[in-house]
Amino acid sequence: MSEMQNSRRHMGLKASRTLANTAIYAFLIAISIIWLIPFVCIFLQSFRVESTHQVGYVIPQQWGFDNYINLFQTDFPRWYMNTFIAALVTAVFQTIIVLCMSYTLSRFRFKMRKPLMRLMLILGMFPGMLTMIILYRVLKDLGMTQANSVPGLILVYVASSGMGYYVSKGFFDTIPKSLDEAARVDGATRFQVLKKIILPLSKPIVIYTILTAFMAPWGDFVFARYIAFGASAGKNVAVGLYDWLNKDQISKCYTMFCAGGVLVAIPVTVLFMCLQKYYVEGVTGGAVKG
Amino acid sequence: MKQYTDLEYLKLSKGQRLLYRILSFLCAIPSKIGGLFGALWRLIKGAGQAVANETRDIWLTFVNGDWKTKLSFLVMGFGNLARGQILRGLLFLLFEVVFIGYMILAGGYWLSMLPSLGKVGPTEEYNMIFDTYVTTYNDNSFKILLYGVLTIFFIIAFIYTWRVNVKQNQMAEKILATGKKLKSGKDDLRSLVDDQFHKTLLSLPLTGIIIFTVLPIVFMVLVAFTNYDGTHDGYYNNLFTWVGLDNFNTMLSWTAGTGSGTQSYAATFGEILSWTLIWAFFATFTNYFLGMFVAMAINKKGINLKKLWRTILVMTIAIPQFISLLYVSKMFAKNGIVNGFLMSMGWIEQALPFWEDPTWARITVIIINIWIGIPYLMLITTGILMNIPQDLYESARIDGANAWQQYTKITLPYMLFVTGPYLLTSFTGNMNNFNVIYLLTGGAPTNPAASSAAGTVGYTDLLITWLFKITTGAESQYYLASVVGILVFVVVAVISLVVYNLLPSIKNEEDFQ
Repeated sequence: MSEMQNSRRHMGLKASRTLANTAIYAFLIAISIIWLIPFVCIFLQSFRVESTHQVGYVIPQQWGFDNYINLFQTDFPRWYMNTFIAALVTAVFQTIIVLCMSYTLSRFRFKMRKPLMRLMLILGMFPGMLTMIILYRVLKDLGMTQANSVPGLILVYVASSGMGYYVSKGFFDTIPKSLDEAARVDGATRFQVLKKIILPLSKPIVIYTILTAFMAPWGDFVFARYIAFGASAGKNVAVGLYDWLNKDQISKCYTMFCAGGVLVAIPVTVLFMCLQKYYVEGVTGGAVKG
Repeated sequence: MKQYTDLEYLKLSKGQRLLYRILSFLCAIPSKIGGLFGALWRLIKGAGQAVANETRDIWLTFVNGDWKTKLSFLVMGFGNLARGQILRGLLFLLFEVVFIGYMILAGGYWLSMLPSLGKVGPTEEYNMIFDTYVTTYNDNSFKILLYGVLTIFFIIAFIYTWRVNVKQNQMAEKILATGKKLKSGKDDLRSLVDDQFHKTLLSLPLTGIIIFTVLPIVFMVLVAFTNYDGTHDGYYNNLFTWVGLDNFNTMLSWTAGTGSGTQSYAATFGEILSWTLIWAFFATFTNYFLGMFVAMAINKKGINLKKLWRTILVMTIAIPQFISLLYVSKMFAKNGIVNGFLMSMGWIEQALPFWEDPTWARITVIIINIWIGIPYLMLITTGILMNIPQDLYESARIDGANAWQQYTKITLPYMLFVTGPYLLTSFTGNMNNFNVIYLLTGGAPTNPAASSAAGTVGYTDLLITWLFKITTGAESQYYLASVVGILVFVVVAVISLVVYNLLPSIKNEEDFQ
């Protein structure tokens, strides 16, 4: 009798578990659809030929590559190159700077270390956007605005990137200090320790830093817009495509915006998916250490 | 207020406990603020003491030093050169020469103009030959302020270097007195990749931060005390000058301008600030809890294809935000896909006012922000959830706790404990979340009353987008933008300080370890 009850309870448990799992599957499928819909829509609409303005349906009535071909009649290739060059150069220099900063703050104990970290915390509380007024005027005097905005953009992105040292410092903190000490005892200089011991162990964080530094310029909007200041040749993709959705342009450029978006998203997404593992490691590590 | 012991606290009912915690939080605020002033006072006292000590030390070095040391007070690096440390000596000397040269050629001028920010603005003169008016540009307030600040930085650097120079003489005398040898230039160079390697590594990042972050911030803070705007750009039309605290008075005054429907700056600021705080609260916590929920759903035992679900969500991080945000913003437009779909299904007769109605717009931004934020939070919480010791759950299950109880008694406290600092930074980050608001709504729909004070202000505008609009607006009131920026800093700093000190992960670091 009790055995019967037990098995019935067991059956009940199993049934409720299946029910719960089914509900979760339904939920996961639903959110997957919600998360993918905008991207599917943007992709489909980039092939719409019958009209260029916004419509209330998704699937084009007439398919074609017209929007992509039209893109090359505009300044879009120029914007694309601007962003690509800025992203590439930024990725290289920003990685060097961030690694220098975070490695030092993680490994060395010197008098100014704590005050320095506190100062950077306080500086980070200022809205960075405020500084763009002065940076714009200084860059203008140096001839790095409007059509020549790319060097100016790179300078701004790279120069203060040392402030974003938190994630990689957290990574370096996890490498045992005894490794350094052993090498130091054997007579290695600090530089040799960095080159021969730390760097070979730091592949994940180097890739994470390069990846995030490369991706940021593709999405930068505020500084890029301010520094380009209306000059079409100096825009990056974000600013250029944003302007296509203006009230007076949207009816002509909406489908072209979709096509441009697809062209921007594909390389960045492919790169990201290839290096996804490192990104996930960096993000999860960074949050726990605060 | 009465302090309960742990035992008394445990005897309270749930409601009383909550009340007690809120009260003790509120009561803690004055003492926290008092502590802040105490710390400030200690800082000032410490600084005064340090200056006194330094002065005494410098004086003693001078009195007790030999002639080489004494001459070094005037000619930097002389002591080093005389004692055979050629490299150091030359660097000190070079720095002094450059500094004096700069001060004579330029620095003196910038510094002398700093109190007035320029005396003569652009002038127009009639030119007989060309029969037109020719404008001559004279002083440049912008450059005066910028280079004035730079000169002050330079002077501080010089004083510091001079002090190092004096100290080196003192040290050298001591070392020589004990009969040891001084470091040669070669040793110095070697130490740059060894003992002093941190200086080499930090030189590049810190130079960048000083020039591109510290200097601009000091400059912009000073702008708040001037009348720098589009009509006083300091060179081409009018000079700008110091106005003291006038801008702060304007921003914080409750008297409205003339004309019906106008609103004071303080009221506008208060309105935008309160929406900024509401937004930051909802943006942070909706993402946090829903992200955690999604992570738990994917992690649950018996759910297959975990990797697929995660990849789908993570992929959306890769696509640059401006594409997804702009596109989603258009999806919810009056003639967008969402309204089109709902109407074609016959569920609604008229387009829903997603971006036209203030309340709708605010709720829509928060919901779309969930769409943006969940993938990140899913990633972050997944890692932490897996770290929760499984035996906690097992013993809870044996004690007969159901899923909800396990969540509220184990998962949630653990998560809040570990992610406390993250939540704080995410809250302040959301307060300054420019991209989401600006790309989705641009601040719309317009708030007519608030707009009467400064530029076009919308119902979804955050302080940071307002600041942007003030800067790029027709009048370019940079001074006002600067005031807003300073106030944002104050709000963020106060919130961070108060919450940081109350965080359990800071207070009881040992819990859960």
